[in-house]
Amino acid sequence: MSATTRREWLLSDTPASRAQARWGRRYQLWLAFRRNWLAVAGLLIVVAMLLLAIFAPLLATHDPGAQQLANRLQPPSAAHWFGTDELGRDSWSRLLYGGRVTLGMVVAVVILVAPLGLVVGCVAGYAGGLLDKVLMRVTDVFLAFPRLILALAFVAAMKPGVESAVVAIALTAWPPYARLARAETLTIRNTDYIAAVRMTGASHWRVIWKHVTPMCMPSLTVRVTLDMSSIILTAAGLGFLGLGAQPPIPEWGTMIATARRFILEQWWVPVIPGIAIFTASLAFNLLGDGLRDVLDPKQR
Amino acid sequence: MSQLPMIAIEHLDVHFGSSHVVRDISFSVAAGETFGLVGESGSGKSTVLRTIAGLNPGWDGRMAVAGQNLGPRRDRAFFRRVQMVFQDPYGSLHPRQTVDRILAEPLEVHGIADAEARIARALEEVALPHTARFRYPHQLSGGQRQRVAIARALIADPSVLLLDEPTSALDVSVQAEVLNLLSDLREARQLTCILVSHNLAVIAHLCERLAVMQGGRIVEILSEAELRAGRAKHSHTQDLIALSYELEG
Amino acid sequence: MSGMNNGNLVEIRDLRVDFPNPSGFTQAVRGISFSMGREKLGIVGESGSGKSVTGRALMRLLPQAARVRAEALRFDGIDVLGASERQMRTLRGGRIGLIMQDPKYSLNPVMTVGRQISEAWLAHNRSGSGGGGKREARDAALTLLEQVRIRDPKRVLGSYPHEVSGGMGQRVMIAMMLAPNPDLLIADEPTSALDASVQAEILKLIEDLVSARGMGLMLISHDLPLVARFCDRVVVMYAGQVMEELPARDLHRAQHAYTRGLLDCMPSLSKKRARLPTLTRDAAWLERHA
Repeated sequence: MSATTRREWLLSDTPASRAQARWGRRYQLWLAFRRNWLAVAGLLIVVAMLLLAIFAPLLATHDPGAQQLANRLQPPSAAHWFGTDELGRDSWSRLLYGGRVTLGMVVAVVILVAPLGLVVGCVAGYAGGLLDKVLMRVTDVFLAFPRLILALAFVAAMKPGVESAVVAIALTAWPPYARLARAETLTIRNTDYIAAVRMTGASHWRVIWKHVTPMCMPSLTVRVTLDMSSIILTAAGLGFLGLGAQPPIPEWGTMIATARRFILEQWWVPVIPGIAIFTASLAFNLLGDGLRDVLDPKQR
Repeated sequence: MSQLPMIAIEHLDVHFGSSHVVRDISFSVAAGETFGLVGESGSGKSTVLRTIAGLNPGWDGRMAVAGQNLGPRRDRAFFRRVQMVFQDPYGSLHPRQTVDRILAEPLEVHGIADAEARIARALEEVALPHTARFRYPHQLSGGQRQRVAIARALIADPSVLLLDEPTSALDVSVQAEVLNLLSDLREARQLTCILVSHNLAVIAHLCERLAVMQGGRIVEILSEAELRAGRAKHSHTQDLIALSYELEG
Repeated sequence: MSGMNNGNLVEIRDLRVDFPNPSGFTQAVRGISFSMGREKLGIVGESGSGKSVTGRALMRLLPQAARVRAEALRFDGIDVLGASERQMRTLRGGRIGLIMQDPKYSLNPVMTVGRQISEAWLAHNRSGSGGGGKREARDAALTLLEQVRIRDPKRVLGSYPHEVSGGMGQRVMIAMMLAPNPDLLIADEPTSALDASVQAEILKLIEDLVSARGMGLMLISHDLPLVARFCDRVVVMYAGQVMEELPARDLHRAQHAYTRGLLDCMPSLSKKRARLPTLTRDAAWLERHA
């Protein structure tokens, strides 16, 4: 009974309060999202992976760093669910702790990159003129470098490690966001509703922050989820080259890198972190696709 | 004209890049008067309005509102005094904001207190039901949206209202309702208005005086009575009047 | 009844169109019936009255999701709902031409005007014996542009849509639709995007062409007096139903409150009124027809 009334409250055509209108809109988006089962599957996988990473200390069966040289390169068994690596460390535990590092890097990159790209793009698009030219040329410079090479150069200049890998990936990942936000802003800034907001006497910052950026958010959100997989792969690439997380720390890319010698005889050692990266990338892509369908007003 | 005009425009020129869109335009509007700008598309009538509103930067000449000369940038006080209603009610409301949020924006910008009561009163004034308050623009009809736009323009108590084809995107029955609303509000709030339209009948209905524009120039300024009596001197005005009668049937 | 298509170009009986929405179906057209011969018929109504949907249904141009039902929906005896897609292609743009509101959006921006008209001509004349040459198509395009009274047809032939004015664009659109020599022209708000002076010229042009070629014209518009001036007969629609059908010259003697209301609520240059009468919508208008 209370479930149906809550549903009615959310779907009401005549919301009575600000909060009801806001929640109603979110609920509608959720309903639209829920209809796309692939996207829902993507969301479930992403949530599951994040939970596994967060609760790694509880779920891990072994210490991810503990070496057991007598037990190296074991196939999956009851004692070691995913087998052991070349130093006899438990792969399942390393995968869980590796998820913390890898997914943590992805989240950190996104938190750095999305707002930076959004602000640069919206300001450039809204201001136009000289400021636009300067900001966009800077963006072009970053865009012109191959992503991995630039990241490599940054990491090489700093000391290899998770933090510098995050900064390096962030520095190479923001330009597409700025471009996207600028393109959106260019179409938004000449609309009557922005003219109407300017007519209220609002400052430029207020117009950009309160009225332009919300319109850019959907496409940026989608772009972020689609980018997550390539961030994982870049992080893995840096790890693979020994420039990301350093050896004792488990990280999916590094795990593959160090185990690549065993691909023929003990194939499960490198393949298991590979599957983890693949699953995470796929889940983020499915989620991104679903979000685009729901959030993009032009699609409806 | 004993007192200072509310709006005075002298020798206004507007350029968009290399094209000269408005050429040497002068007119003035007395306080409480409604002045019409009529012309075909491309005559520059909307450009004049947007330039007064501060939405076009490239202009020369002198413009004054309530005796104060307008500079290249408008201050907040200007926007408190002058407001605008746009042509397309589908495009002039932010698609992701509720009516409540749209109406609250001018109040927040100007730091006006008792938003709650003012929004409720504004909705009442434009005859929108209270249930419309938390709806999104796409949930409203064209006429309702234009009422929201009018409510937004009036919520900070301006004295000048610029109307850019406020009814041309609406059905005739809705147009009648909006025109009635505008004349009521103008009466009640002593507004000074400039109305831009391509429709002579709409202009004649609301305005006391009007300027006929062609190719960026004002070809003639005449009173509503002169318009209705067909006492136009310029041939373009005569053409427009003849056409208007023809279409009335 | 079945063999009676001699006079009727279009026959619509109990047409119903529903569009899906999140909670079921929205009824856009609710059981309308009318027929027309080679005449000028105006369909008038406000936004949401279902007037455009009716025109689109006749060409089967509605989105897949729309549910279209009718006792009869026939064009020149052809059952539109039962016809094959191939048959429909010869109707659309062949025997039925459609002119839409804004030429800016209905002309291809990266193709010259001449090519667009030639292609339209070629598409429906290719089957002719030996015909269908590029040269021939170009000549046909030139003739068509002359027919829609474009002063400098040679120059317009080589120009792109953005290089011509709105009125000119609409003339080009008309020329394109006339290329296959259709039996029926559906004009959906053909002049709403144009200035009043151009509006009259374009409608006069359509009227002349339709009369000269003996076509049928279905003029869909929100502008009652305008439609009345250019049509023989007017169908007034409201909320997906036909309110009234009457000869255009009797418009000022319209019976229905809706028609009268529409005519009355327009501001007028000839008579001054302090307030405009507004339309009171009566629920009974819908019940009577449902």
